Amino acid sequence: MDFSPFYLTLRLALFTTGILFLIGIPLAYWLAFSRLRIKYVVEAIVSLPLVLPPTVLGFYLLLFFSPENPMGGFLDRYFDLRLVFTFPGLVLASVIYSLPFMVQPLRSGFTGIPKAWIDTTQTLGKGRWVTLSRVMLPNMKSALLTAGVLSFAHTVGEFGVVLMVGGNIPDETRVIAVAIYNEVEAMNYTQANTYSLILIGFSFLVLLITYWLNRDKSRVLSYD
Amino acid sequence: MIELALEKSLFGPEGKMKLAVSCQIEKGELVGIYGPSGAGKSSILRLISGLMKPEGGLLKVDGEVWYSNVEAVNLKPTKRNIGMVFQEHSLFPNMSIAENLEFALSKGQPPQIVQDLLERVGLKKLASKKPSVLSGGQKQRVALARAMIRKPKILLLDEPFSALDMKMRAKLQEYLVQFHNEYGLTTLLVSHDASEISRMAQRVLVMENGKFSFDGEPRHFFQS
Repeated sequence: MDFSPFYLTLRLALFTTGILFLIGIPLAYWLAFSRLRIKYVVEAIVSLPLVLPPTVLGFYLLLFFSPENPMGGFLDRYFDLRLVFTFPGLVLASVIYSLPFMVQPLRSGFTGIPKAWIDTTQTLGKGRWVTLSRVMLPNMKSALLTAGVLSFAHTVGEFGVVLMVGGNIPDETRVIAVAIYNEVEAMNYTQANTYSLILIGFSFLVLLITYWLNRDKSRVLSYD
Repeated sequence: MIELALEKSLFGPEGKMKLAVSCQIEKGELVGIYGPSGAGKSSILRLISGLMKPEGGLLKVDGEVWYSNVEAVNLKPTKRNIGMVFQEHSLFPNMSIAENLEFALSKGQPPQIVQDLLERVGLKKLASKKPSVLSGGQKQRVALARAMIRKPKILLLDEPFSALDMKMRAKLQEYLVQFHNEYGLTTLLVSHDASEISRMAQRVLVMENGKFSFDGEPRHFFQS
């Protein structure tokens, strides 16, 4: 059996989740604490992938990064970077598509931190970075775990965006969801069934481990 | 010495209220701030600490301007040398008792003071425990010790004992007076417990609707 779609999917999900943590933490922090009205616009944009069909997002990304169009042409000419039908393009599309699954739990985690803790760190002479790294993040492990797992699992389950932006190139863009679709198209139901069962088992295991790890974490925030 | 003349619009239980207060507090004084709920008592502490920004006025501590709308100065809370204890203890649950105190250390400050203060408040044996195992009184003792780590000029106490029973309250009041005298602090204690203020403070500022309605010795106010 060809396991390469699994490896590729795993690699994509790991890259996407890693990048999403880097973007998601500052973005969720800003959304949680900013008083600027523009944050509601940003929040709506971040949440768009929740309601849009993945094909819509995929379609516009395909257009936007196509070498025939200004942005895609610019990246191709000056940076030798192609984001259509390539792995980096898949990562970028996945990051955009899974952004709300990272940002929403983190935002809830930040807003769940008691204001008195933040006031206390300030009166103890500590700046925002120390407050974030030593007080906030360690006390929102549950939100971090949920955000990470949801983003990872959502990326593993992608189909529409991936197919539109990445196509179906073995070892480059053929992730597991696309591979299953391929096998069904070729009437190869046994292979499709094997892939699907592995995916169901894997997803169930990930969620089970998450719920188990999360079992006591909610107490941390309700402490006091 | 604290020279204070500050203004701020507040939204109290009875709608909008203008807080406008001015007074001078001598170095080493222990001043009680007394008044009904919603009179603006806690807001004064938040204005002095920098957690709340005034709309106008002047705040000077030992000749240094901490806030002035004329000079456009507004020192960040992290730059004001204060200690503050809130009604809810706000200990960080991810840190042990000792770590909560160590968190407050300034850069380069010798850590010995952590052990000294833990001993002073009788909690050295519990240094490695997490705050969740402590009683309410023990938590407030830790919060008080933590506020003392940076050897502040001013100690601000926002009804720190109100949730404690009489016995524990008396013990904490004793610790507080000891710290106040030994560290040469200027202390502002917000409380709506007349006996607490009478026992501890040399002076009481009585607040009503955002203004000081009395400034003098507690016995003169509470006997009248």
